[in-house]
Amino acid sequence: MFFLETVISGLLAGVMYALVALGFVLIFKASGVFNFAQGVMALFAGLTLVGLMTGTIPITHLTNDALAMPGWLAIIATIAIMMVLAFAIERLILRHLVNQEHIILFMSTLGLAYVLEGAGDILWGSDVKVLDLGLPQGASDWLLDNWGLYVEKIELVAALTAGILVAVLAVFFQKTRIGRALRAVADDHQAALSVGISLRTIWVIVWSVAGVVALVAGVMWGSKSGIQFSLSLIALKALPVLILGGFESIPGAIVGGLIIGVGEKLAEVYGGPIIGGAIENWFAYMLALAFLLFRPQGLFGEKIIERV
Amino acid sequence: MFYREAGLFKTSYAADQAVFPIPQDRYFILGVLIIAYVAVPLLIEDYWLNAVMLPFLVYSLAALGLNLLTGYCGLLSLGTGGFLAVGAYTAYKMMTAFPGLDMIFVLLTSGTVTALVGLLFGLPSLRIKGFYVAVATLAAQFFLIWLFYKVGWFYNYNATGQITVTPGYSFGVLVTSQKAEPAAKYLFVLSVVVVFALIAKNIIRGRIGRMWMAVRDQDIAAELIGIRPFPTKLSAFAASSFFIGVAGAMIFANWLGAAESGETFGINESFLVLFMIIIGGLGSILGSFLGAGFMTLMPILLKNTLVDYFGLTAVFAKHMEIMMMGVLIVFFLIVEPNGLARLWQIVKEKLRLWPFPH
Repeated sequence: MFFLETVISGLLAGVMYALVALGFVLIFKASGVFNFAQGVMALFAGLTLVGLMTGTIPITHLTNDALAMPGWLAIIATIAIMMVLAFAIERLILRHLVNQEHIILFMSTLGLAYVLEGAGDILWGSDVKVLDLGLPQGASDWLLDNWGLYVEKIELVAALTAGILVAVLAVFFQKTRIGRALRAVADDHQAALSVGISLRTIWVIVWSVAGVVALVAGVMWGSKSGIQFSLSLIALKALPVLILGGFESIPGAIVGGLIIGVGEKLAEVYGGPIIGGAIENWFAYMLALAFLLFRPQGLFGEKIIERV
Repeated sequence: MFYREAGLFKTSYAADQAVFPIPQDRYFILGVLIIAYVAVPLLIEDYWLNAVMLPFLVYSLAALGLNLLTGYCGLLSLGTGGFLAVGAYTAYKMMTAFPGLDMIFVLLTSGTVTALVGLLFGLPSLRIKGFYVAVATLAAQFFLIWLFYKVGWFYNYNATGQITVTPGYSFGVLVTSQKAEPAAKYLFVLSVVVVFALIAKNIIRGRIGRMWMAVRDQDIAAELIGIRPFPTKLSAFAASSFFIGVAGAMIFANWLGAAESGETFGINESFLVLFMIIIGGLGSILGSFLGAGFMTLMPILLKNTLVDYFGLTAVFAKHMEIMMMGVLIVFFLIVEPNGLARLWQIVKEKLRLWPFPH
């Protein structure tokens, strides 16, 4: 029973990782940019949401209850802000770095992470914030009573949300006109351009979607442990998930997240005491590394074909 | 008119193979070295030493090391912080186990141990490429930091978990700890950095360096012309880690005097050094120095202007500083993706033509 509980809580933690990894995959697929700012975007979205809900006045950090928005309005406003942000990123950064090497683009997202981190703190203050969207807290009574399993409700909600999000994204990618354009861009930039798809528009859309995914991740992680700086570090948690699943694959992000989540929990519970505990910081990386030795492109990554 | 390759007739192989074939380059380097060795020690005081010169020098060495791997061999590494920690903890163990051992031996041991660790974490690089390598080195970063935090043997089981420097001598002169003369510390670190810069310059213009660059530019093509990728990549990892290990030992022993694995050598340190080589210029020795100088001076300048000139509160200024740093990094990448070293090259090209515009 204890084993089952560990596995379930691992799976649910994995879903949380997958939520972050999803944002990476979206951007990497469409623009080949390894967006290190994804974690900070989640933090920024969370900070903005809390700021709007409590009616915090930017920069001064004073709160005015008259300005406080109800949750749903604040979420819509935050989504709008993330879209504006996506537009600004395309306009101010990506547009100028077209055709640069991967490492340069990667570094620019690191710079972006610094900007967002500083901006979030200046606008909304750097203290730990409580996010209360009315999501259920505590253990699920039904599971506890009927099955004797201790499972956090918020994690169930997160799993459900992630499921819905993936389903929506899958429909968006497969069935809509924009989704098809996105896949075309992911496949081949030049060919997409030549059939009349605007790269710039696509990038704005992709970064907006990644912003929304960041908001969802921020809400889920934030409801669990408060909105604070450490939220931006979940990006580092998502990296092994990415390697495991492959950088270009959405199902990969999910499966990778689940494997990492379960592996980490099992290792912490059964292996941790033997070698001294607190191994969750690096275990995921080692697991991913071991996988890489057998499948260099990750579980679902595209087969690497190399030519001179 | 004066600065050019043409018209310099070499009469010996030695002159033909010189590190700096153009006389003006030699004079310039000589001038910089004279200033660094004669003028600076006379003027240096504690604040300048600890806030500017020592960080600049040790980070130059770290950036140099990372540049060998990332700039010359094309393998992106995010494990620099971890490797710096290996150097620092090796130095600590050596200094406490063998008190009175010359600091030069301590640094060399640090470098060697770090090179071995680097080899170990470089092993997966044959199978994987690009960002996957970066994540493999992240594994090194997190694992090493955890190891130094968890295993008491590394910090001699002291209660704080910190390592603190013991007095270390080089040629009979005290060069570590608080009591050391600022000038002595400075000259020691400077000499180490100069020697390693010279070594790096010679590695990369020799056979090994050319192999690295071939693998960086087209690894499959390099393999086809008979360069074995595995030893090449591993040697890049080893050399780079050696440099970084020495830098880490000096960060701990000469600059900070105390260190704690997670605090001093966290992931941010890895990013800092990476920023240095990107802003300075990938694949350039000079760039490593320029980048290190830029990244050590800029926060001080920003802080001084924001706090003293604009009178902002310290907390606000700190957030502002983070933001400005991000803006500057993005700005630099957009304006000059090839780094500060490229600007220097442009100046050199102009000098060749001077005083004629074309």
